[in-house]
Amino acid sequence: MSDDPRPPDQPESDLGSSALWEPPTAEPSNGAEPAPKKKKKTLLQVERLAKFFPVKKGLLGRTKLVRAVDGVTFYVRSGETLGLVGESGCGKSTLGRAVLRLVEPTFGRIVFDGKDITPLSQAQLRPLRRKMQIIFQDPYSSLNPRMTVRAIVGEALKIHQLASSRSEEEAKVEALLKRVGLRPEAMQRYPHEFSGGQRQRIGIARALAVEPDFIVCDEPISALDVSIQAQIVNLLLDLQEEYNLSYLFISHDLKVVEYVSRRVAVMYLGKIVEVAPAAALYEKRHHPYTRALLSAIPVPDPERRRLRILLEGDVPSPIDPPAGCAFHPRCTRAEKGKCDVESPPLSEIEKDSHHRVACWNPYV
Amino acid sequence: MLDPRAFRRFQKNRGAVFGAGLVVLLVLFAVIGPMVSGHDPNLSDFTGGRDPSGSIAGPGGRHLLGVDPLLRDSFSRLAHGARISLLVAFFATTLSIVVGAAVGLASGYAEGTRAQSLDTVLMRAVDVGLSFPYLLLVMAIGAAVGETTIVTILMVLGLTSWFGTARIIRSKTIQVRHLDFIMASRALGQSTPAILLRHILPNVAGPLIVIASASVAQMIIAESVLSYLQVGLPPPTATWGRMLLEGQRFYTVAPRLVLAPGVLIFLAVLGFNLLGEGLRDALDPHED
Repeated sequence: MSDDPRPPDQPESDLGSSALWEPPTAEPSNGAEPAPKKKKKTLLQVERLAKFFPVKKGLLGRTKLVRAVDGVTFYVRSGETLGLVGESGCGKSTLGRAVLRLVEPTFGRIVFDGKDITPLSQAQLRPLRRKMQIIFQDPYSSLNPRMTVRAIVGEALKIHQLASSRSEEEAKVEALLKRVGLRPEAMQRYPHEFSGGQRQRIGIARALAVEPDFIVCDEPISALDVSIQAQIVNLLLDLQEEYNLSYLFISHDLKVVEYVSRRVAVMYLGKIVEVAPAAALYEKRHHPYTRALLSAIPVPDPERRRLRILLEGDVPSPIDPPAGCAFHPRCTRAEKGKCDVESPPLSEIEKDSHHRVACWNPYV
Repeated sequence: MLDPRAFRRFQKNRGAVFGAGLVVLLVLFAVIGPMVSGHDPNLSDFTGGRDPSGSIAGPGGRHLLGVDPLLRDSFSRLAHGARISLLVAFFATTLSIVVGAAVGLASGYAEGTRAQSLDTVLMRAVDVGLSFPYLLLVMAIGAAVGETTIVTILMVLGLTSWFGTARIIRSKTIQVRHLDFIMASRALGQSTPAILLRHILPNVAGPLIVIASASVAQMIIAESVLSYLQVGLPPPTATWGRMLLEGQRFYTVAPRLVLAPGVLIFLAVLGFNLLGEGLRDALDPHED
């Protein structure tokens, strides 16, 4: 593989027709979901987004590229959650940060609320920052240990001048803390005085302070105790309903993603391999990787024997991803001369099913 | 920094408390000493400066610690020397810490970003600065500046000693910069100067305090060395280094003339170093 940056290798045929990537106007027609009364608008549209990190190997080594995110296309509609699953190191978090331009994308286009934000400078981006926020995985490193909770949440209000006086700011912080389930006494305390779940609530209050439309939830519950996880998930769902928030919900917990998401995308080695409405994805599992991943969900029933698909080998290095389909070296259905040569496009498996799979040989 | 546990850890550390005590005594000596001595440090006492045998007055009597060969009161000179040492050390350290922290923060925040060239330039400047023999550099600048005043001394000391600080703060900044709360602040649209001052600086302040305390000790030595080598403050100003120099010709007959400033330099350096080490251990949360 060459070392020079090349655009992500999605075949043109797939990307050329923008119609294919216009989000569906009608709701997915697979029964389970009630059709909403009015059409939901697309809030975020991401096209062929890529982030390559340069790495130097050895003393005289040439600079190589880590393809953390390699040509990803998706959309998120207003008020809905797109779940993003994949094993660690597949580029989920980088994708979440690149969407907010917290890491600079190498290629691609991000359209937020009808506006292309890719060419904007960080200064031009500032007013838009109000509309898109992020919640982090690690509740310990995501709060400044030297600031009180009041200052942490207040900072968000100060930056965007959302309070005209100190007392108004104080009142707003108090209301935000109350909304996420913290007592007003919390304001004068420092982050280390709180538990992981409480800290996560503080992080949510900070994100909420600027009244965003879209929040990247970057593994928001992975670092928490199981008993706390449900509380935080339910808080996020309540807030979504109350403020019509859109989430990009990144997780490796497949059960939680199924629970919170309307649609789910599966990522492998920097690419989306399957994306579909949650119920359809979990039921049909067209992509061999999705199948293997979902077979790893533990079933709380000791009587039932699970059929686990064990993948051979390790995830290939994103520095030298395999030619063709990135999954082919570990795939049981790989076809010589096809899968190891040409990268499969992410295309609809059935017309109007909104179920897209990037596989030459999917399960049907 | 505001951690009450840090204070308790400091109190439990005997060396640190001893060091802090020495520092307090030294400061008191420098502040109050010249007032209570009752003698001008630069005035020869021709009437009371000699004992009945005609040699210079020893400790006790009219002059608490005796007089030097020029019949000047030793206690008063030591106290004035303490003032100069502490003034120079304190302000030179402040200067050094401010410059070092600014360079370290800028460099560390630029590292690995599009402003990488800023980091490269600053760090190469630091390499060059560190490669010079420190005292030689100080003396060269001192000679070039010509007239030596307390301000030139502290400027020269301050501006030639920030290189190490910059390096330490840079690496600490790189660590802190990658924590999520910095990302969170950027996601909120916070400006870079505000991120540096409100988020990064408070989180690298611990090492800065420790460096500052150790730096005061180094500055006291540096000022004394300059005076001893006669490139510091000109006579008749009383400094510890010059008192060492002037006393050494008489050390067989009056060893107190070198012992007194020598012991003071030793205690001052010991005090600030113990304080610095105590602060370092107290501020390290892994100590509990």
